[in-house]
Amino acid sequence: MYVHDAFDRRLITERVEEFRDQVRRRLSGELTEDEFKLLRLLNGVYLQLHAYMLRIGIPYGTLSSAQLRMLAHVARRYDRGYGHFTTRQNIQFHWIKLEDLPDAMAELARVGLHGIQTSGNSVRNVTTDQWAGVAPDEIEDPRVWAELVRQHVTLHPEFTFMPRKFKIAVGTAAHDRAALRIHDLALQLYRNEAGETGFEVMVGGGLGRTPFLTKTIKQFLPKRDVLSYVEAVLRVYNQYGRRDNIYKARIKILVHELGAEAFAREVEQEWLSIKDGALALDDAAIAEIAARFRYPAYERLADDPIELKKPRATDRRFDTWHRNAVARHRIPGYAIVTLSLKAEGETPGDATAAQMDAIADLADRYSAGEIRVGHEQNLVLPHVRQQDLHVLWRALDAAGVATPNLGLVSDIIACPGLDYCSLANARSIPIAQELTRRFRDGDLARDLGRLHINISGCINACGHHHVGHIGILGVEKNGEEYYQVTIGGRADEEAELGKLIGPAVPYGEVANVVEDIVAAYVELRERPGEIFIDTLKRVGIEPFKERVHATH
Amino acid sequence: MQLIKGGRIVADGFVRVADDAPVPNRMPVIVSAARFLAEAETLARRTAPTGVVWPNDRRVAELDPYLPSLALVALVFPTFRDGRAFSQARLIRERYGFRGELRATGQVLRDQFLFMLRAGFDAFEVTKDADAAAFAQAARRYSVFYQPTGDGRATARAARARRDSLASGSLL
Amino acid sequence: MTSPLQQKIKVTGPVVVTANRLTDGAVIYRATNGQWTTELPGAAVVTTSDAAMALLAAARTDAVRVVDVYVAPVVLADGKARPGNLRERIRAGGPTIRLPAPADARSVHVCA
Repeated sequence: MYVHDAFDRRLITERVEEFRDQVRRRLSGELTEDEFKLLRLLNGVYLQLHAYMLRIGIPYGTLSSAQLRMLAHVARRYDRGYGHFTTRQNIQFHWIKLEDLPDAMAELARVGLHGIQTSGNSVRNVTTDQWAGVAPDEIEDPRVWAELVRQHVTLHPEFTFMPRKFKIAVGTAAHDRAALRIHDLALQLYRNEAGETGFEVMVGGGLGRTPFLTKTIKQFLPKRDVLSYVEAVLRVYNQYGRRDNIYKARIKILVHELGAEAFAREVEQEWLSIKDGALALDDAAIAEIAARFRYPAYERLADDPIELKKPRATDRRFDTWHRNAVARHRIPGYAIVTLSLKAEGETPGDATAAQMDAIADLADRYSAGEIRVGHEQNLVLPHVRQQDLHVLWRALDAAGVATPNLGLVSDIIACPGLDYCSLANARSIPIAQELTRRFRDGDLARDLGRLHINISGCINACGHHHVGHIGILGVEKNGEEYYQVTIGGRADEEAELGKLIGPAVPYGEVANVVEDIVAAYVELRERPGEIFIDTLKRVGIEPFKERVHATH
Repeated sequence: MQLIKGGRIVADGFVRVADDAPVPNRMPVIVSAARFLAEAETLARRTAPTGVVWPNDRRVAELDPYLPSLALVALVFPTFRDGRAFSQARLIRERYGFRGELRATGQVLRDQFLFMLRAGFDAFEVTKDADAAAFAQAARRYSVFYQPTGDGRATARAARARRDSLASGSLL
Repeated sequence: MTSPLQQKIKVTGPVVVTANRLTDGAVIYRATNGQWTTELPGAAVVTTSDAAMALLAAARTDAVRVVDVYVAPVVLADGKARPGNLRERIRAGGPTIRLPAPADARSVHVCA
């Protein structure tokens, strides 16, 4: 994982002191709320329904055990004993007091954590695949590129007051686990026919009121040009993105209104002026950042050791979990373990301080001190020896993070919704919780197979409902909570936006509609192995509409 | 309104002239972009310094041919949220090589001073007296900068290289 | 163009003025004595647009202590104000879901 140096630390410390002064100036009235709001958002501080919310950035989803312990400490000391992992690999605390924030931030800064640019009209957390560095199918570790970009855009004097937020994602595997196509800017590393590695650059993705998937504006960008090209995109956006209407201010609108080709030409023209300047990356610059990523000293081990084989054969619960939560690692004898934060009846993505501490300890013991946060709101232990899996599982099970439902119907992605968020129209968490109860039967869930449900409490789409296999969007109708249900969304390399299945339904009906959609799928599928999204692709939406409409 | 230049509060040597008022001969003046472009040749013949207020929704490339005859360019932040002038400032300094006074006007927070300095501004029209008084402190707020601009401040990368070469005992 | 501060507020039933406390974001209500209370039953209830505007204007002068001041509907039960819609119910009563309580945080014991 990336090792901060004194410069990284000093920047964060200076930021904390700046924020401490800004809080002082707000409390004294020197800063108006309007002025302060802009400044606090740039530190990830929101005012929500009941309290302030602090969003801490977790760059490309990588945490050390020390960092996770500090998050647990902040949860206990300054919040109500828990935190919420988000769809952008960040963490949120929902009960923070403004007057406590400078101290909380100072503590976080000690381990290199901060909320810089986790909100506001700036470049946000640069995200990537939660299996980065250990996935067998990646070309190289995407986090090196994410870190290069992160440093470049952090406290960038030119791009801190843009028309709107700007989200960047990096991928280096053919299978997209980072939802690249819903980002403002996505960098996909690949190998071309000549055997060179470079980036396909995509822009203009984004959900919300007018959802768009990305368009490719540069088919092959050499690695040396990454920073200058990102700079060119940001400069075009900063100057020409709309500022008259907050709902038309994302880069997706600019790309749509100009057309992808015209936009690409603007960027190219700007880029040609700067590509050979100070932002050109030489091998030394790349190597320097790459060297700061430390990997464990992997042992030479064989796959499928007896310590794994035996319990799999004798412990049915363990074997069930193993089939669901353990993925292949690029190093023989190792495994990638995903921890489910989607236990039945719980809030998706929440973890208590005790759970965080327990996971940090387990990371130290079994994962070289490293944890990952995925955009599906689950955690990952990326360096586990296969021989330790059984022992690890028992501990994860005791900590409540071993529900074998990853990627299944009850592995729901949900925003905090109206229970917490002042932007929301409707609640999302209770809907998710009810669905986990309806689909609590593990055999049923396994039979249904991969099925992604995404829930957003408002059109801002923080739950990514547009790209859920089943998407649920909270709206308000006559003062009541209503929900639009879509099906057919996908967030991966075959990204799609979902389509409405019928008119909005009231709060009490949502779980019934989902059950009906699932029942329709079971009826329509060719065979049990054909997953929901493939059945839908094969038969189209009409058969689903008919069956769901018939009962509502 | 206070003017900060060279890191200190100073009197404004320039006079803003309205579009329909005559341009005084021997005084430094600032005129609007529309007027400047309409009267470019006349203004270029002035012996006293001339400045222009350039709106933040016009390409600064348009201004490039006139830069040699300009002593001052004022860019505009209509609200503190609107950061277009940051890009304009960098282009004027780094692409077009303007060396005169680059002044930030409009709604400017002290928390933006350092960003503005890094973008190439060297003069600031500041509305809040408290902000003006705090300029020096605001300008020293950060000592680490990840990305290069035209301001000459060493980036973290350069500082790291220097630290590493010192540590290894070799000269730069 | 009418400033939002001067816009006429349509009042069709009893309302209160509410906000968030600056220091900790807590939900507060404007009381009759010009102070703020965290308890809705202690809030000043008005029933006309003019009264609501006046209460709002007075509340907004307190910009150093409070944030996001607005007029919220209530219903009267036994003469006491209760939240007038779901959002205000959640603001007054907290999230409708069970929070991971501190007890949960202490009860996890991991041995591996």
